[in-house]
Amino acid sequence: MAPSYENLPMEDDEFDESQIDFSDLDDQYQVRLDEGLDAFVVVDGLPVVPEDSRPKLVKFVLRKLNSVGRVKDDGVFMPLDDEGKTEGFAFVEYNAPSEAIAAVKQLHGTPLDKKHTMAVNKLTDIDRFGKEGRIEDEYQEPEYPPFEQTEHLRSWLGDSDGRDQMVMFRGDKVGVFWNDKEDPPEVVVDRENWTESFVQWSPQGTFLTSMHAQGVQLWGGKAWSRQKRFSHPGVNLVDFSPNEKYITTWSHRPLQVDENHPVPLLSLEEDGKNYIVWDIATGKPLRSFTTIDVPSGTDAEGNPVKKKMQWPTFKWSSDDKYVARMTQGQSIAVYELPRMNMLDKQNIKIEGVMDFEWAPATPKRDGIRNYEQLFCYWTPELGSNPAKVGLMTIPSKEIVRTRNLFNVSDAKLHWQSEAAYVCVKVDRHSKSKKSLATNLEIFRVREKGVPVEVVDSIKDTVINFAWEPKGNRFVLITTGEIPAQTAVPPKTAVSFFAPEKVKGGAVGNFRHIRTIDKKNSNAIYWSPKGRFVVVASLQSQQSYELDFWDLSFEKPKDEKDENEKDLTANLQLMDTAEHYGITDIEWDPTGRYVATVASAFRHRMENGYHMYDFRGQLLREEGIEQFKQLIWRPRPPTLLSKEEQTEIRKNLRNYSKIFDEQDLAKKNTANRQVVEQRRRLLQEWLGWRESMIEMLKEEGAEIELNGGKIRSEDDEGAEEIEEIVEEIIDESEEVVS
Amino acid sequence: MRPILLSGHERALTQVKYNPDGDLIFSVSKDHVVCAWFSHNGERFGTYHGHQGALWTVDVDPHSKLLATGGADNTMRLWEVDTGKLLKTWEFGSSIKRVEFSPDGTQLLGVTEKRAGHLSTIVVYEINPDPAAEQTSEQSLRIVCDESKATVAGFSYLARYIIAGHEDGSVSQYDAKDGELIYNVRAHDADLQVTDLQWAPDRTYCITSSKDKTAKIIDAGTLEVLKTYVTDTPLNSAAITPIKDYVILGGGQAAMDVTTTSARQGKFEARFYHKIFQEEIGRVRGHFGPLNYVAVHPQGTGYCSGGEDGYVRVHHFDKAYFDFLYEVEREQAQANL
Repeated sequence: MAPSYENLPMEDDEFDESQIDFSDLDDQYQVRLDEGLDAFVVVDGLPVVPEDSRPKLVKFVLRKLNSVGRVKDDGVFMPLDDEGKTEGFAFVEYNAPSEAIAAVKQLHGTPLDKKHTMAVNKLTDIDRFGKEGRIEDEYQEPEYPPFEQTEHLRSWLGDSDGRDQMVMFRGDKVGVFWNDKEDPPEVVVDRENWTESFVQWSPQGTFLTSMHAQGVQLWGGKAWSRQKRFSHPGVNLVDFSPNEKYITTWSHRPLQVDENHPVPLLSLEEDGKNYIVWDIATGKPLRSFTTIDVPSGTDAEGNPVKKKMQWPTFKWSSDDKYVARMTQGQSIAVYELPRMNMLDKQNIKIEGVMDFEWAPATPKRDGIRNYEQLFCYWTPELGSNPAKVGLMTIPSKEIVRTRNLFNVSDAKLHWQSEAAYVCVKVDRHSKSKKSLATNLEIFRVREKGVPVEVVDSIKDTVINFAWEPKGNRFVLITTGEIPAQTAVPPKTAVSFFAPEKVKGGAVGNFRHIRTIDKKNSNAIYWSPKGRFVVVASLQSQQSYELDFWDLSFEKPKDEKDENEKDLTANLQLMDTAEHYGITDIEWDPTGRYVATVASAFRHRMENGYHMYDFRGQLLREEGIEQFKQLIWRPRPPTLLSKEEQTEIRKNLRNYSKIFDEQDLAKKNTANRQVVEQRRRLLQEWLGWRESMIEMLKEEGAEIELNGGKIRSEDDEGAEEIEEIVEEIIDESEEVVS
Repeated sequence: MRPILLSGHERALTQVKYNPDGDLIFSVSKDHVVCAWFSHNGERFGTYHGHQGALWTVDVDPHSKLLATGGADNTMRLWEVDTGKLLKTWEFGSSIKRVEFSPDGTQLLGVTEKRAGHLSTIVVYEINPDPAAEQTSEQSLRIVCDESKATVAGFSYLARYIIAGHEDGSVSQYDAKDGELIYNVRAHDADLQVTDLQWAPDRTYCITSSKDKTAKIIDAGTLEVLKTYVTDTPLNSAAITPIKDYVILGGGQAAMDVTTTSARQGKFEARFYHKIFQEEIGRVRGHFGPLNYVAVHPQGTGYCSGGEDGYVRVHHFDKAYFDFLYEVEREQAQANL
């Protein structure tokens, strides 16, 4: 019989608490009591001196120790051994525990002279970690967990229909979907509260990043399980290296890591830092940094100018080998990976540097064997020195090219995706500083000596510029003078540029193709594969137009414009669409579809998305309340060789035939299903109606069967009354003689 | 489809109704006046004066002789259609939200509002269809809705049941003889009130609309939800069209939120859905405030809508409306030939 409450002994005299062994629980849940020893530190690594020189040593050490806090009077105790010599360590008491912590943080590892390095530890730590039994005397082989097969992180690429995935964040739900063109997207996974602020894909689509108050998590694989976790309390933004090897996390709040606020994987080293660079494979932090406070400048009237934070602050080279951060106006620090040590142990001093950008691919330069990473930077006019744009190689730090510029008020650096060109958009003011104009300085990185071509035919300010990915054409948007304090945004003009045709396959000079005036456009989105471009007006109440352009339109020969004959482009507007409240445009990674989003992050009107094909045909639109994000899953670079790709391109006709058939078959089955469904609904309804009428007949419901009308006596003898109204408007008599 | 604008009211419309012949439209508004209009050209036939508060509801009897109205002055009134004479006034402790005649015109139903000291009720009076006769003050039936207040109610076929929609989104069926609750079904989302309930011509099924942005067709006998129409805006009214298998839904952003949104945002459109396939077919724009009520011509040749903007818009359907058929409907029509 199980003991019940009644027959439990009321008092157990033999019970003795002291006999129970609590030591296992003690060990497990050991609580660090406040022992009043928090203000003590142990200083190790001191020189061994005879007793008479002890005060001298104490005085010497005190000088160091007092630099971080106040050591109590007589707070240094340096014991002697049997031979009357000091033992090389000392106990030090500070006035406050916080000073002791500061001493540990700042003085630990300080060299005293060539031979001696001071080791400063908290007394309580020594007690805690150095206690007998805490540390095994013998080395124990760590246990290696058995190998476990992990999921394939790129399984989504094997979709039999070659579809693309996208993540959608709406309300509290985050879901990954297959794009099914006109049909509703097929759910892959859909979870509530997957992220706390936003989601982001890694650059090659392997991981989905979710943001939480405690840190960042990466998800992936077929089951969408957690792949990695990076704890960074209060994290605001993340940035991946291009090849997904490293990740940078940033929080505007400095990290707080100490004994009372332990953070997994982070050590005291990270305390007070804002940025952490992590290794994704191991999940461990590599190095952490604090935010550099940029001295905020003042504008013409002396008001402080609010500096926008540049993100990413740490910019990655295309091969993941270097990451660099600029200290505005002074220098650029380049760190080598995977050790995160500063290249050549020093900053690269560039006086006045305003901005820099890495080449997005390893640049192939004429006559150079060893391709190096390259970045482009610019400096403003300093005193009598002109403004400069420069290209620097890393790691050799050789300046490949510089160019002097005058009357520069601002510059923007635009690399072409293959690093074949870099275009520096230079806003130049006139001598009176009253009007602005824009020049384009295009560096042809691949050609010998990096020649610079200048496009100075633009009269207005360029507000947006974009290179064709993998191509050599570009689009820019200009606007006239911006009248101060008007609600209506000024009209803009969209201009297209392409190189001239030259013999021998070289790239000719850039020439203007066409300008479209009186637009409201402000954004340029190229297809990731080039050729097609969407020019749109985003985040505007008044206009929400999308123009779909083709730059290699196949026109019949005789219709060709004389002007554009010798250009490597054939511009054609394919379609125009509208999406009210549009805030974002996303091309899918294959360049087949364009998703436009009205995000609840920006406004609350008609949130949702539209799906277009590359020609601007609307495939689908869906309004979803609280719709926040739609991002296509990026694809890693193709594994096919150049030859294989050309082979496919050659046989495109054959492939497309198969695809067309597949599409047609799919459409037919879908249509058939819809029709079947409707037929079923109709039959069901008619059947139900019949049963109702039958029921009403049985009930003798006359009124209802007569369509709700009461038959009255005069219904039979209804007479039709016709009323003719004659109105005499005017009467006049005339005598005809 | 060019609408006729009836601009006889000074405040928001609350209900519009066709008479059974479809030649007259009755409209009530918050401006205390009942108006009667000719439906074919929009001329005013007359007005009925007497109410002391905003009007919530109107109904006309099957013979087009008697008109019932109810409003915020806590009275339900009976009028002679032809002359505008006030025949009878019933007084209550709270306002009247809905009136409706039984299919044969011998009973009149009223829904009273819930207020401190007064529970929401559904009351029924016997009516003498002769305008000259004396009307009774005696309630033949009184149903107290203590669970959740009734917002709308109506008589089913043969006046057998009273179907009521409630504030909590549920729909209940009462026996029209003894007032006993037979079923209560949670048809719409919880705590989003049922805003309208209109009948199919033979009253075997009805359509309810709700603030939960859906309208549903409900079997009057079993309270089974047969069809659901999903929209993107809170609905105020829903109607079933005769002849064609459509439903018309009206609504829009709640009146109190309207000032902060543009007309585009407000979604002040009448939406046409296919009754059987539950797919949207079209929309009619025009109002610049939410649609408070939509009513369909009993012969199915047109519809009218009353808006928060104070206008009644009367539409006569075009040929295209009658010609439109889904492929499967066409097949069915061929098979029946």
